Amino acid sequence: MDFEPKILGFLCNWCSYAGADLAGVSRIQYPPNMRVIRVMCSGRVDPKFIFEAFQQGLDGVFVLGCHPGDCHYLEGNYEAEKKFNMVSKFLKLIDLENRVRLDWVSASEGGKFGEVISDFIDQIKKIGPSPLNTNNPDLNLLDKLKAIEIAAGTERIRALVGRQRKITEIENVYGEIVPLTKFNDIFDKAIADEYIQARILLSLEKDPKSIKDLAIEFNIDPSEVLKNILILKSRAQVDMEKIIGITPIFVKV
Amino acid sequence: MSKEKKENEDASVGAFICHCGSNIGGLIDCKALAEYAQTLPYVKYSEDNLYTCSETGLASIKKAIKEHNLNRVVVASCTPRTHEPLFRECILEAGLNKYLFNFVNIRDQCTWVHMKQPKEAFEKAKDLIKMGVAKAVNLEPLQTVKIKVNPTALIVGGGVAGMSAALSLSKQGFKTYLIEKENKLGGRLNNLYKLFPYDLDASQVLNNMISKIQNNQNLTIYTSAKIKKVTGFIGNFEVEIEQDGKLINIVVGTIIITVGTSLLKPTTLFAYDGKIRITQQELEVKLKNNDLNANNVIMIQCVGSRIEERQYCSSVCCMTALKNALIIKEMNPNANIAILFRDLYTPGTYYEKYYRQAREKGILFVRYNVNRMPELNEKQITVFNEYIGNDVTIPYDLLVLSTPLIANSDNKELAQMLKVPLEVNKFFLEAHVKLRPIDFATDGIYIAGSAKWPVDITESITQGYAAASRASTILAHTTLEVEGATSSLPEWNKSLCRGCEVCITVCPYHAIKKNEVDEIEIIQALCKGCGVCGATCTKQAIEIKHFTNEQILAEIYALGGREL
Repeated sequence: MDFEPKILGFLCNWCSYAGADLAGVSRIQYPPNMRVIRVMCSGRVDPKFIFEAFQQGLDGVFVLGCHPGDCHYLEGNYEAEKKFNMVSKFLKLIDLENRVRLDWVSASEGGKFGEVISDFIDQIKKIGPSPLNTNNPDLNLLDKLKAIEIAAGTERIRALVGRQRKITEIENVYGEIVPLTKFNDIFDKAIADEYIQARILLSLEKDPKSIKDLAIEFNIDPSEVLKNILILKSRAQVDMEKIIGITPIFVKV
Repeated sequence: MSKEKKENEDASVGAFICHCGSNIGGLIDCKALAEYAQTLPYVKYSEDNLYTCSETGLASIKKAIKEHNLNRVVVASCTPRTHEPLFRECILEAGLNKYLFNFVNIRDQCTWVHMKQPKEAFEKAKDLIKMGVAKAVNLEPLQTVKIKVNPTALIVGGGVAGMSAALSLSKQGFKTYLIEKENKLGGRLNNLYKLFPYDLDASQVLNNMISKIQNNQNLTIYTSAKIKKVTGFIGNFEVEIEQDGKLINIVVGTIIITVGTSLLKPTTLFAYDGKIRITQQELEVKLKNNDLNANNVIMIQCVGSRIEERQYCSSVCCMTALKNALIIKEMNPNANIAILFRDLYTPGTYYEKYYRQAREKGILFVRYNVNRMPELNEKQITVFNEYIGNDVTIPYDLLVLSTPLIANSDNKELAQMLKVPLEVNKFFLEAHVKLRPIDFATDGIYIAGSAKWPVDITESITQGYAAASRASTILAHTTLEVEGATSSLPEWNKSLCRGCEVCITVCPYHAIKKNEVDEIEIIQALCKGCGVCGATCTKQAIEIKHFTNEQILAEIYALGGREL
């Protein structure tokens, strides 16, 4: 039997939801795999919603907004794009990035709505079910998703996303425009750091561990773990519980 | 302190499944959907209706609310874009807060698009209803806010657009303030001789308008005055005006921007000297004072416009040149006039007539190429004529440069005070070029005339009236109702806020500010409820009413159905 994916779509009220209604009025037929959540603006879609949807075992998530320049709220879709960019970067870490899509559909594009939905459903069908949408969900992946949600919810990541347009397109507090490549370097590093820190926190929540334990668990260099443990310790998020022999054991505060 | 979990133990949901005739009921079993809805958490009552939006359907909702003590209503039928107001009104009449209603779209986005898959459509409808109920359970009653409207208007700029707007509004009975930075009204009209079309006398048109304005009781004029400060929002703008060093404070309901333009002075172009090489505007003054003694006149179009640095067309210069050329020809039929142009812009029947007349009267038109600019000598100009493919040399004793209208240098300052945007050439930018051409995105502020783009007198008057009409739609009300579904920083989240101001950066409506005690404050009257600030807030402290995180997550969890 063919796999029938379960897909969640966030549609903005003014363009894409209206486009979806027009598809209906025009009797444009598309596969019935998507369930819709209406939001006023694509910029309302908190990255958290997408990570939660994947934890719920959904196979794909779609965000549709107004075309650039046509946002009912002037610039909400540009903000949506920045958030989506962040979501994609995180999902790339766990190979889920081809299960999300951001696209633009106007209120007059009923036909296009049908096409993009069909196309995305096809794409998900080709990839197959989410590793979390099985009788035997990949719990390791679930942990990683939880870590991503925490990382993406940190002040640092959210501030970078929220300020991106200002500092790369208008000016930062020093009156400079930061080149996009430089911004992306900073952003990618922040994503990598926050992700590993979130994973350390989640792992230490289960039980106290040494740096070596964590390095093996995440298959990364112990020095990388140490660096991040020190950051977490300085933020009072982890602490040293005890020393076994010469090995310090860390615990989540 | 994190947000206290809202207890919804008292939620009591009624679900109404609409057949929409055969639109929904013809494909899927609505009775079965109603039975399914009954099994969902907090659903106390459900039924299916042939048309839920009919008198009978609405009566049935009201009856069920009373009989079953419902406090949330879900209707699964067509689309909220057409029918939400109707059902909101219905539950309001039954005594519920209108925001305790949720719409589920099982027609436009279900039965109509899956007509050959009734089984799948039925399953999709079930999911959508389950999600809709989950959101409904988490809905909260919201209050719309009433704001008082001051039935007064401020018009910034006393040119022809501003005067037209001021006359229209004051005649409608609204107290109107008109401020002008120069010492007299009229703007660019003061420097013009005759106006196209019909060659009307500019001074006559101006005097006519000014006399009407001066006889108007509702109109207060401040000349030599500038705006110093603007605070507040639609219905209640507080404006500080400076006139001769004195400060005047007024409160107005709406503001119309009609600041017009400035003229580019071609100081470095074509050896401009203001004597024998002048601008069109200086020519107008000469014509007005009957002080023209030139037999060979050359006009050059697009001087300083449609170039890399200033890419736009100033739109009025072609007609100005044609009109002035014809006036000269009338005064002195023997005058030799040549117009060097890149493209001629004479749209519509009236304007095209000027061009034909000019050709008939023997005015010479030479098309030049921007990559091969006319070469200027003391007494003559050499221009490569594109049509004949050769250089032509034409003598002149008066050279007239058609320079573009440019944005005023103080536009930026004014834009910042009003919190409205400018476009790349520093003209004011409207909310939407086609859908809202006279509005700014900020409610209660409008734009007319050349402040937006160089336009001629006719268009300025039209836009002035249009802006007055837009403003009167606000001023005619004593109060305005502001949407309840806005963003807010709830009391219990205030301690989370670190004051990073990212929300202020992303809000397109300037609805968020830091108040006197350095706390983030969201002005409900300005907020449109897009929700971008909430999705961006670095501490996740801002809540988007009616689309809260809890409500949206409830929908996601209902769909996923997984306990985490």
